[in-house]
Amino acid sequence: MGKTVGAPILEVEGVSLSFGGVVALQAVSFDVREHEIRAIIGPNGAGKSSLLNVINGFYHPQQGSVSFKSRRRRRVDPHEAAQAGIARTFQNIALFRGMTVLDNLMTGRTLKMTSNFLEQALYWGAARREELEHRAKVEEVIDFLEIQHIRKTPVGRLPYGLQKRVELGRALAAEPQLLLLDEPMAGMNLEEKQDMCRFILDVNDQFGTTIVLIEHDMSVVMDLSDRVAVLDYGRKIADGAPDEVRRDQAVIDAYLGVAH
Amino acid sequence: MTQLLYSIFVDPFVQMGTAPDLLAQTLWEGLVSGVLYALIALGFVLIFKASGVFNFAQGIMVVFSALTLVGLNEHGVPAYLALALTVVVMLVLAFAVERVILRPLVNQPDIILFMATFGLTYFLIGLGELIFGGDPKVMISDQLRLPGGSYRIPMLGGYVQMQKIDIAATVIASLMVAALAVMFNRTRIGRALRAVADSHKAALSVGISLEQIWVIVWFAAGVVAIATGIMWGARSNVSFALEIIALKALPVLILGGFTSIPGAIIGGIIIGVGEKIGEFYWGPLLGSGIESWLAYVIALVFLLFRPQGLFGERIIERL
Repeated sequence: MGKTVGAPILEVEGVSLSFGGVVALQAVSFDVREHEIRAIIGPNGAGKSSLLNVINGFYHPQQGSVSFKSRRRRRVDPHEAAQAGIARTFQNIALFRGMTVLDNLMTGRTLKMTSNFLEQALYWGAARREELEHRAKVEEVIDFLEIQHIRKTPVGRLPYGLQKRVELGRALAAEPQLLLLDEPMAGMNLEEKQDMCRFILDVNDQFGTTIVLIEHDMSVVMDLSDRVAVLDYGRKIADGAPDEVRRDQAVIDAYLGVAH
Repeated sequence: MTQLLYSIFVDPFVQMGTAPDLLAQTLWEGLVSGVLYALIALGFVLIFKASGVFNFAQGIMVVFSALTLVGLNEHGVPAYLALALTVVVMLVLAFAVERVILRPLVNQPDIILFMATFGLTYFLIGLGELIFGGDPKVMISDQLRLPGGSYRIPMLGGYVQMQKIDIAATVIASLMVAALAVMFNRTRIGRALRAVADSHKAALSVGISLEQIWVIVWFAAGVVAIATGIMWGARSNVSFALEIIALKALPVLILGGFTSIPGAIIGGIIIGVGEKIGEFYWGPLLGSGIESWLAYVIALVFLLFRPQGLFGERIIERL
């Protein structure tokens, strides 16, 4: 494929996270290299979503650290993660339902806009110019995802598969360096899955975006990803190329269950 | 019996028909008080939309801002400077509310936040009395160059009397609403406000700061409170009794929906006009004074048929 994977852009080191007595993650270390597609798999409740939430600052781990672009942090807030260039989608779609597709995508560009409060309030000068510039950028994303026809539709009215696509669009509108996708294909039919796979590969290829994705569909994971990390009960039990992981005994046991 | 039915269903309309100038006068007065109700409701809607908090303190914010304005002027601060300082005070209040009330209570049930705004109400009453005393004050209409007097406009074979201050109030309220509408629909901050209203976690993930948004909405509600305080204060005077108008916003919100700016405006006007018409034409049947409760009856009837309000979002809970 001629794709060059670079140095690690994200390093999660020894992260432990618990909610009261419930342990979600135990000393998980994990890295993502620049330009790579990295999958996280594991049975339900293994801690996959928790790990994404730690990376983008929704959860603060009790132990361990996360470094993004060599900046090591004990505690990141979602706002800071977004500013650093991390965008994400959610397992259960979290769109702004009352707003149109266009407005949802424009929201993705919040951090790129710089006009001040007064100019905004008066919709004056810089604010106006800025809207037009960002609008052009958003139109590129709309073309890329082939959603031109629903541009002005409120997202609440769209079918599920398209909502997923719009959510990806909102993340892309931020021009992220690292894109976190939490089950981007959950609940989709075959055709929608194929479209989504194509978009993920294209994003990775054309924009050079590094991608971390959680997915349950094994054939998708094996086809898309460069490396796969496997979580079970909050621990990482395997990590490596898709083929290695597929043959790993611990992984097979976790998925199929094992006689004790 | 027929006498009673006649006086309910026929007589009022006969009166309207025979004296259209009086009808026009009543409609105008209804419109003016409706606009003021709408302004108060607008303050509620702004905060409710962005943070899901029903801000009981909106009424006292109106009083507090008006008292600050008048109080500063009494201490020799020129009127316009006092107005600017009042805006600053409301900004400080917005920051304080975010830091002291909203941030520590984030993710708590709505009822807790609602109770917290009760606390804020009594705090502001106490603070206001401590600083400005409990006596009613006269709004500094002249110093602010608000127009006084009235126009007598010949209309429909009679005259309609329009207070200049009422005309000014209507114009200023319309301008504020138009500005808010543009901001909500066209700008980054407006989009961020709507985004926060729709989904907190998605808003956070695109880098919107909830703290900043809360400060902005509380400040916007504060500015709306100042405008309301000046307009209302100019019509009567500035006292803590004004706080009660917050309760008048409730039927307006029920009518218009808690999340809709146009709803607040139209709801306000319906309530204002409904009250005045009811009082003028049907009031005498019940010995007058129905103005004070008619709004709630209108809202109650409305609730039966359209619980989400005229423009509110219909809430469909998944079972």
